[in-house]
Amino acid sequence: MTTAMPSTDRAPALTRKPATMAQALNQALRDALATDPAVHVLGEDVGTLGGVFRITDGLTREFGEDRCTDTPLAEAGILGTAVGMAMYGLRPVVEMQFDAFAYPAFEQLVSHVARMRNRTRGATALPITVRIPYGGGIGGVEHHSDSSEAYYMHTPGLHVVTPATVEDAYGLLRAAIASDDPVIFLEPKRLYWSKADWSPQAPNEVAPIGRAAVRRPGRTATLVTYGPSLPVCLEAAEAAKEEGWDLGVVDLRSLVPFDEETVAAVVRGTGRAVVVHESSGFAGAGAEIAARITERCFHHLEAPVLRVAGFDIPYPPPMLERHHLPGVDRILDAVGRLQWEEG
Amino acid sequence: MTVLDTPAWRPRTDAAPLLPDREPYRLLGTPAAARLDAALLRTLYGHLVRGRRYNQQATALTKQGRLAVYPSSTGQEACQIAAPLALRPQDWLFPSYRDTLAVVARGVDPVEALTLLRGDWHTGYDPRAHRVAPLSTPLATQLPHAVGLAHAARLSGDDVAALAMVGDGGTSEGDFHEALNFAAVWQAPVVFLVQNNGFAISVPLAKQTAAPTFAHKAVGYGMPGRLVDGNDAPAVHEALTEAVDRARAGGGPTLVEAVTYRIDAHTNADDATRYRDDSEVAAWRAHDPIALLERELTGRGLLDDALRRAVADEAEAMAASLRERMHDDPRLDPMELFAYVYAEPTPQLREQQALLRAELEAERQS
Repeated sequence: MTTAMPSTDRAPALTRKPATMAQALNQALRDALATDPAVHVLGEDVGTLGGVFRITDGLTREFGEDRCTDTPLAEAGILGTAVGMAMYGLRPVVEMQFDAFAYPAFEQLVSHVARMRNRTRGATALPITVRIPYGGGIGGVEHHSDSSEAYYMHTPGLHVVTPATVEDAYGLLRAAIASDDPVIFLEPKRLYWSKADWSPQAPNEVAPIGRAAVRRPGRTATLVTYGPSLPVCLEAAEAAKEEGWDLGVVDLRSLVPFDEETVAAVVRGTGRAVVVHESSGFAGAGAEIAARITERCFHHLEAPVLRVAGFDIPYPPPMLERHHLPGVDRILDAVGRLQWEEG
Repeated sequence: MTVLDTPAWRPRTDAAPLLPDREPYRLLGTPAAARLDAALLRTLYGHLVRGRRYNQQATALTKQGRLAVYPSSTGQEACQIAAPLALRPQDWLFPSYRDTLAVVARGVDPVEALTLLRGDWHTGYDPRAHRVAPLSTPLATQLPHAVGLAHAARLSGDDVAALAMVGDGGTSEGDFHEALNFAAVWQAPVVFLVQNNGFAISVPLAKQTAAPTFAHKAVGYGMPGRLVDGNDAPAVHEALTEAVDRARAGGGPTLVEAVTYRIDAHTNADDATRYRDDSEVAAWRAHDPIALLERELTGRGLLDDALRRAVADEAEAMAASLRERMHDDPRLDPMELFAYVYAEPTPQLREQQALLRAELEAERQS
């Protein structure tokens, strides 16, 4: 059902050296373009410039303008033409330059990308990957820091995936491109320059879509999070040791399909959970996750599932964003409210 | 050094050849009609008569409750027929929700073409079978699809063109603009047919655009715009064929505006008397596409009573078959609701499917 897996005909030695998430994403695109002629990258500034975040750096030079294309400035047109390309059998990987700039493409996404398979009883699948840099914490002015995952999660027919580590950036992007379902691939832009020892040469390393990762086992309480909030949660877990708390951290990686099995198993082990995300809390991803954890784990819960999320406000101006983003203190305060006294 | 010396200031293309003629292109009733191929004229005639009968029958089926809705193309049959006939098997057609006739003329089964409007599923045919995209309900969103597909075909080195259909109302949507822009920048082998039928439900042309004609919009994108009498079947066919040939030869996209009229209301649920005069409708009835073609055929001795009767009988047989096949309720399977959302249903979807299955089972047993 899926297309070519990562190439194994590179040098066998695994040299692990520090690479950034941006480099890992770039490598994933390069490898996908090299192994599958159907893959086409398109978007604003992705070609000659290599993307405003350099994620597509060098791709046009290596594969040509027909494979990595600078499009006119028109998000609905980019997604709409990608639909047509996918109908013809290509595998478009489109870039929306910033989360909020994907909004003009929303109709194409919701009315067609998400529905074409269903509309045609499976005859016409649209294996499109929509790469979107999302999240704040980069000092961006208005519209540059949105997190729109809830809209996409709420749209049946779309898979929604978000890496938080360098390794997952590579693996999940390869998996997203290989998937026959349309995937909204949310890239946490403030982690673009995060580094890790990583090698693209490890064969068959394609992280499965639909599986969460337990980043840190813990016995006291569980932090459930994804994307840009993962490092914050890991930092909170470290700081929590001083309070005598052993916090576990689950990185969802995939919002749709949602790995209920892993999350429920981990939370049943601790009986306490806090969901952490940047986007506004009301009707956000955390609301769905909290409802599901409550339904599945109710008799194992010692406290209600809490959420630490952005306020229900339009994303703030850069000088005020630190008050809005979930930070270590706010997370630890929430953990503190998980009804320890009754326990 | 003035702006004239700077690299940015250069008209990228010559505008004059891109502009349409002052008057819509016509063939019927002109001396040029004499050179038209007799076989083509007869083919067009047969399709037009069957098409008109299909429109009437589908409208009747809606009144009987067999269809949820039917946006009729009565009066526009020349455009509906000419578009698919201008394409070869390997080309693709991208219809809007009023273009059921075009879909049927392309080869899609007359009942399968009505699935969307009957309401048993969102589309009743495999797009790949006759290379017809699903009937698009949102306006103009199928235009970028056509551009992307044509572009993909060109990138693949395939001799494939796409023809996208849109109405006068649809040209106001952003996707119309974006599609034409992409098409021209990419020189995609795509033809845009604007069926200007005078109304977007109740909103007339004057409230839809201030452009001299829709064909004039083409020059803004850097593609030729052609204006044609939309009720002159051979003229529309010729204009579209020229445009498709141009696209195939690497000449890029074309915008063809066909001037026609929507004789019926928007759908059976609409009351057109609220926004237009019967006298206007009557004037267009006098310019009926079938009557125009009949006049030419009769004048050239290509249509006698026997042929006229044979074509009418064929149309009646088609209508009767449609009635019969639409008489029974369609087969419905609620489990299909979960089957095609993704390549594989999510665990959550499987649970929901089980829930519905249990409900239906309980229903069956009670």
